Amino acid sequence: MLKDITIGQYFPGTSVIHRLDPRMKIVLTIVYVVLLFLVENLAGFVLSVVFVLAAYLIARIPVKMIAKSIKPILPILLFTMLLNLFFVRGTVIWQWGVLEITREGVRLSVLMVIRILCLIAGTSLLTYTTSPMTLTDGIERLLKPLGKVHFPVHELAMMMTIALRFIPTLVEETEKIMAAQKARGADMETGSLIHRAKALVPILIPLFLSAFRRAEELALAMECRCYHGGKGRTRMKQMHLAPRDLWALLLTAAALAAVIVCNIFFGSLYG
Amino acid sequence: MGTILTLEHLTYTYSPDTPFEKVALDDIDLSIEAGEFVGVIGHTGSGKSTLIQHMNGLLQPTKGRVLFRGRDIWEDKKKLRQIRFAVGLVFQYPEYQLFEETVEKDIAFGPTNMGLSPDEIKGRVREAASLVGLPEALLKKSPFELSGGQKRRVAIAGVIAMRPQVLILDEPTAGLDPRGREMILRQIKEYHTKMGNTVLLVSHSMDDVARFASRVLVMNRSRVFAYDTPEAVFCRGGELREIGLSVPQMTMVADALRQRGYPLPEGIYTVEQAAQALLLLFRGGDAPC
Amino acid sequence: MRPLIDIEHVTFSYPQENGQGIEVLHDITLQIPAGEFVAVLGHNGSGKSTIAKHMNAILLPMGGKVYFSGLDTAEEENLLPIRRQIGMVFQNPDNQIVSTIVEEDVAFALENLGIAPEKIRERVDEALRAVDMYHYRLHAPHQLSGGQKQRIAIAGVLAMHPRCIVLDEPTAMLDPKGRQEVMRVLHELHRQYHTTVVLITHFMEEAVQAERVVVMDDGKILLDDTPRAVFVQIDRLKAVGLDVPQVTELAAVLRAAGVNIPAALLTEDECVAALTAALEETDGNHTHA
Repeated sequence: MLKDITIGQYFPGTSVIHRLDPRMKIVLTIVYVVLLFLVENLAGFVLSVVFVLAAYLIARIPVKMIAKSIKPILPILLFTMLLNLFFVRGTVIWQWGVLEITREGVRLSVLMVIRILCLIAGTSLLTYTTSPMTLTDGIERLLKPLGKVHFPVHELAMMMTIALRFIPTLVEETEKIMAAQKARGADMETGSLIHRAKALVPILIPLFLSAFRRAEELALAMECRCYHGGKGRTRMKQMHLAPRDLWALLLTAAALAAVIVCNIFFGSLYG
Repeated sequence: MGTILTLEHLTYTYSPDTPFEKVALDDIDLSIEAGEFVGVIGHTGSGKSTLIQHMNGLLQPTKGRVLFRGRDIWEDKKKLRQIRFAVGLVFQYPEYQLFEETVEKDIAFGPTNMGLSPDEIKGRVREAASLVGLPEALLKKSPFELSGGQKRRVAIAGVIAMRPQVLILDEPTAGLDPRGREMILRQIKEYHTKMGNTVLLVSHSMDDVARFASRVLVMNRSRVFAYDTPEAVFCRGGELREIGLSVPQMTMVADALRQRGYPLPEGIYTVEQAAQALLLLFRGGDAPC
Repeated sequence: MRPLIDIEHVTFSYPQENGQGIEVLHDITLQIPAGEFVAVLGHNGSGKSTIAKHMNAILLPMGGKVYFSGLDTAEEENLLPIRRQIGMVFQNPDNQIVSTIVEEDVAFALENLGIAPEKIRERVDEALRAVDMYHYRLHAPHQLSGGQKQRIAIAGVLAMHPRCIVLDEPTAMLDPKGRQEVMRVLHELHRQYHTTVVLITHFMEEAVQAERVVVMDDGKILLDDTPRAVFVQIDRLKAVGLDVPQVTELAAVLRAAGVNIPAALLTEDECVAALTAALEETDGNHTHA
């Protein structure tokens, strides 16, 4: 059933990476992305690939999951690759009419693909190992200083939480309404595009009405439970940095440093 | 009249080949005679909701067949919509499916999908509204202005207006107060008497089923536990309680008295039956056993 | 001593578009002492939910006064002190759970009150154990049954250590099993923590289990007494669209036919005992005759 699909593709687990502080995981992911953009030579690329693969192994997330997360961006990936392949000038190694492939083009497109793959793999690992709820908490706490400049951090996090909470409920509700209208002979699978768009009305109107009703009832229930905004609010779950968080930070920082060192000593592939 | 719905070795598995795999129906064989009033009972999760969604082709069996008047409903997928018009299904809390500006238009949704003429649709809407006891004056109103009980009757009328040969209602009284419950149940009974169609009523209330049904279908753990007359089903009070279902209060009282040696007949399930049998005892006559 | 909830001559009307209100409460006076288990019975639109919403200052009276634990609900600064002492549970379990993890939802009210984290943890665990849901603390709400969700909602208010819990038709959307679970938890709270329980319902089976039953009709209090004294008034209850237990009805029918049994029978056990006694007496008479 639809409602069994978890949002954000979280893979429950107990590995070190799962147990890292979500704030630290967000920071590390950002550091890794920066690292990817600094990489300029082969040694750096090998390092970034090894780094992310090792993380997958430690987290016990099947590496084939990377392939799954690549799927939606495959067209963009191919496009970038072809662009680099055909339009970079340099030593021509293959030619057909106006099309020509250069040694530099091949090199650049391969590197670009590796970089994008690592980028996707790294950021996906964050959502694979962190539940949406924990991630929201992590973001809320990381952004907390922004509250001082009246950025609505708590409100945003609360909205996120409620959205996560109600997505499965509303998905289930949509299924129910669809079945009910089908039982009255609604036809959603055949006909022209306009016909099909019209067929959505009997589903969308009840769904919106229900969402409004739920929102109203939830607001009342929250008020009854003494909700009065983020002011003076405490949290049951405190986030504490553990030694493992510091080790993870050190390791990632070391990788970043290594990439920079490689750049200095081995020069750049981009000439 | 003959058999109207037949289920043969019906098996249904939710989310097959995933960690969420769950067998919801397990090799069900069942024939329902035309014109019966069937009460369907069973726990949440016993498979009864899945079962009724097979009867009008909303779900496709993983294994086995569903026959409507002897024909496999999945034989020709193009005719599936015809089956949905012939086997009307009213879901739980059906008022949440209302969407039109007026009650009249909402009831007309089904008949319009059937491709009927405007005159025919108009006639059917009026007929359906009167069958569920909605006054004509409400037809021009927005369904969202009505009370909870009225909304529910509009939704039921929306299915009745298709003139289904089988009407299935999934807990039509859920969440209503006693007055609303009574009104809906009485109207369903009246509809059954007037139209002579087959009715399936899914309910958690043994008392309601006992009062109205000519047959009782008990579902338990994805299988049919019993399909028989109310008397015969409630005679198995002990077994019903073992699978966590209650029996009508009067059956419990009669069972307890019988255990204490008072010769009360089996199959008592209404206040009238119990009073009659008890008065016979009190007046010293021998109750028929 | 002052009653915990003191409702004095309250009138209330919901504002309408045309500026005039429909009065839903007419001069209601009701006192609920601490530690009582009160059921408020009435059909939809009788005003029972409206009165409940006055108890924790969700609605303010248009005439009259409402005091909770001596605090006037109309005073702005009393709002939080009142709401932390009175927990409210609503009908639809889905629409009152805020978080995607059970234990975080139970912590919600305490977090709002700014309680220290260690203290919250302690009280959340205690509340989850009290409703027998500790094992589900890390589940997502949509994985739970209706009865389980409702118990989570109860745990959520329980964690505040309220003096009173008001439940507005908490079982209306549940199946019989869920209904039993919720009722069992309520009785347990009342027995163990002496929490005041105000249960708004239209199920007479639930009202029978209370210490006191208040019957509302048309914005007024019709009856206010022990369940026994309330349920013998079969005709009055039926006139306002409410049910009476079948055993009470049976007793009335038998008494009308001249059988000598008490009128105020509320449960099957009482009924069986009374009938046995009466039948033995009759047997004796027959033997003597």
